[in-house]
Amino acid sequence: MTRTHDPRATAEPAPEAASEAGSEAASEAGSEAGSGPGGGRDRPAGLGPVGWLRWFWRTLTSMRTALILLFLFALASVPGSIYPQRGVDPGAVAQYFKDNPGYAEWLDRFWLFDVFQAPWFAAIYLLLFVSLIGCVVPRLGVYARELRRRPPAAPRNLARLPQHAAFTAEGGATVEDLAAALRRRRFRVATGPGWVSAEKGYLRESGNLIFHIALLGMLVAVGLGSLYGYRGNVLIVEGNGFANTVAAYDRYMPGTRVSAESLAPFSFQVEDFQANYVLAGQQRGQVLDFLARLKVTDRPGAKPYEYTLKVNEPLEVDGTQTYLIGHGYAPSFTVLDGQGQVAYQGPVPCLAENINTFASECTIKVPDAKPEQLGLSVRFLPTTVPLQDGTLVSAFPAALQPTAQVRAFAGDLGLSSGIPQSVYLFDTEKLKKMKPLVMKADPLEVGQSIDLPGGAGKVTFTGVKEWISLQIAYDPGRVPALIAAVLAIAGLLLSLTIRRRRIWVRVQEPDKDGSTVVQVGGLTRTEGGAAGFAEEFADIVKALGATSAGVKDAR
Amino acid sequence: MPVEVNAGLAGLSDTLILATVLLYVFAMIGYALELGFGRVTARAAAEPARELVTVGGGAPVAAETGGGDGARPVPAWASKAGLVAVVLSWLGWAANLGSILTRGLAVDRWPWGNMYEFVVAICFAAMTVFLFMQLRYTVRFLGAFVSLTATLGLGFAVRYLHIQAGPVVPALNSYWIAIHVSAAIIASGLFIMSGVSGVLYLIRGEGPSRLPSRADLEAVAHRAIVISFPIWTFAVIAGALWADKAWGRYWGWDPKEVWAFITWIAYAAYLHARATAGWRGKKAMIVQLVAFGCLLFNLVGVNMFLGGLHSYAGLPG
Repeated sequence: MTRTHDPRATAEPAPEAASEAGSEAASEAGSEAGSGPGGGRDRPAGLGPVGWLRWFWRTLTSMRTALILLFLFALASVPGSIYPQRGVDPGAVAQYFKDNPGYAEWLDRFWLFDVFQAPWFAAIYLLLFVSLIGCVVPRLGVYARELRRRPPAAPRNLARLPQHAAFTAEGGATVEDLAAALRRRRFRVATGPGWVSAEKGYLRESGNLIFHIALLGMLVAVGLGSLYGYRGNVLIVEGNGFANTVAAYDRYMPGTRVSAESLAPFSFQVEDFQANYVLAGQQRGQVLDFLARLKVTDRPGAKPYEYTLKVNEPLEVDGTQTYLIGHGYAPSFTVLDGQGQVAYQGPVPCLAENINTFASECTIKVPDAKPEQLGLSVRFLPTTVPLQDGTLVSAFPAALQPTAQVRAFAGDLGLSSGIPQSVYLFDTEKLKKMKPLVMKADPLEVGQSIDLPGGAGKVTFTGVKEWISLQIAYDPGRVPALIAAVLAIAGLLLSLTIRRRRIWVRVQEPDKDGSTVVQVGGLTRTEGGAAGFAEEFADIVKALGATSAGVKDAR
Repeated sequence: MPVEVNAGLAGLSDTLILATVLLYVFAMIGYALELGFGRVTARAAAEPARELVTVGGGAPVAAETGGGDGARPVPAWASKAGLVAVVLSWLGWAANLGSILTRGLAVDRWPWGNMYEFVVAICFAAMTVFLFMQLRYTVRFLGAFVSLTATLGLGFAVRYLHIQAGPVVPALNSYWIAIHVSAAIIASGLFIMSGVSGVLYLIRGEGPSRLPSRADLEAVAHRAIVISFPIWTFAVIAGALWADKAWGRYWGWDPKEVWAFITWIAYAAYLHARATAGWRGKKAMIVQLVAFGCLLFNLVGVNMFLGGLHSYAGLPG
């Protein structure tokens, strides 16, 4: 009965094609979707290149292939969460290479440190999206035709429908009145001799199409961001400034279509950084709040203004966002060399070894020291406490009792070798080749100094500053991605909550006393929608009864 | 910013959570008695979907008596045990709610800032979904399994995840926690319902059993997923919006993001599998359970094994 009127039963196999078919048509539509080209059972033999192309296309756009691609997509993401990723944490990748060089090399051959940029990952999602397009485009056509078509004529026997009722209208009932009642309930209505046919819930398919198209939009937005956006990290010590140019970044990752001139020309000065910590209890030392006071200049020549940068409150200048993502200590030192000249002066950013206590390691390379180059390895403790065995540790992340323990080496720093090295860490191999000057010394407090043996110089601990690390990002895909996301949610809600349903009414010829028997049948084509529909159907029958005078025998 | 923790309220919260666990355990026993000594479900009920809508939720399983062991009389106390269980679970639910509220008040913030609070909230959400669902539909048969899950979850949280009430790290100090984490909690509560139904579906097999019919279980699972999938989608998108505020990008393939994405794909695959010939029924249920596994791994496993930016979840030790 409904099968012959069901456009979906002959449509392309597509998401929910089967679920939307009527309860009886479901199995047929479903088996059609499965045993179609996607099933691969009716592979064309000797059809020539066009036939094969068509077969390939239909296989790709079949529901079964889409399902397999979805699984592959999920599975392919897993290694991205297991192995460190270059785009997320390049330091961890370098560490992995150091720890397992042979294994890491093989992993790298399969792009496992760049899973989300890998060609095989791209292959999966591009195939998935092609499959999606192949699914959505024909459905758009079907849906457009469906929107223009009248609801199908009433089947002969309404009593065979899942929902059915009948009543006798003593005063007679007309097709026009009944149709008007259904129109009032926002049904799309068609009438014929003695019957009314009505359908509602077209938004379900709209939602479905909007959702899938929004997913395509999301892909485009992400692509836009990676082509025209850029991202960079920079570490700034209190009192220093930053101007948004490529050279100012410690790490700069531009999109392929970004030119160095297109960076928004803002600059700022880091006036002050403050961190507050929990002072007591189980969570003692946990950070409560960070804030950095900046003096920002939007473009050269503009008036500078104050901005308080916090976590969750980035600075935005012309669509470019600046985020506070990390912090640490930068103790200041003055290093005099063997000739009494100032060879180094200023703060040195240290890496925290332990983020709970901020015990930090710092490296000072003094290539200008004479007669020999100096290398200092400093252990900085913000709140210094001696343990029972005499070792010193940091007990709290704030700089309450800061000390610096200096180890000094003399010799060739190897800076001229041309091999790039970390600014913040010594290569231990290099250190072994240098001559140790001071290996164990009492910790310095601010203002104290240590003389290097053999007249090699003097190191003074002059003060404590803090550094902040910032991420600066420009992503033109943000807003389009948000719009796509909102559309996707809206589409999803429509497609999952709206029921597609049909109501048919047959009005029999009036008796000799003028009363008519009205039959009503209803069908929902949405799986799992039958329950709620029963209530709605009862409501509709009641409303239809109210249009005609003197209803009795409502069954 | 307030740093003081109201120790009295925090202690009350800890006491209430123990009461919750006990009440859920007793409720579970009640449900199990009803299930074990109540009627045997013969075949799938004639029209599962319509049965689900039965308002009022009278009999626990509305199918015919019968099956293998003939017409053995059903003890009258069996369904009473079920009723007692419902009352106990409402009490447990109230204690659970009280525990969450007092903890939130004790620290003056949203009470889902660490793993312990998050797991407690998810168990609460699962119980809420079950209790409100059984008001309207006949799903009391799931009671034993939902309260078992909630008990295990809470026990795990109390034993292994508990940390003192306290303030959160600055990144969590945002109104987005109310939006993103709440959505994740609600969706997870619903997914637990469907997960429990899915496990029962596979254990059950065809034919007569004391467990509810496969059609019923499938209907419950599908209904829960249809509601929770958009909520989960929203939670992921809200997370992206928050990440855009806090970390400088809306999507960065952090392990938690990867697994939220995998979970989303897996549930999407379930919805598509339902509409594909040859995948309906058991296969779709397995897909659903795989998705549920991904969800659980994302909620707990990622924080324990993978780390990443979401690792401020405050695991003790």
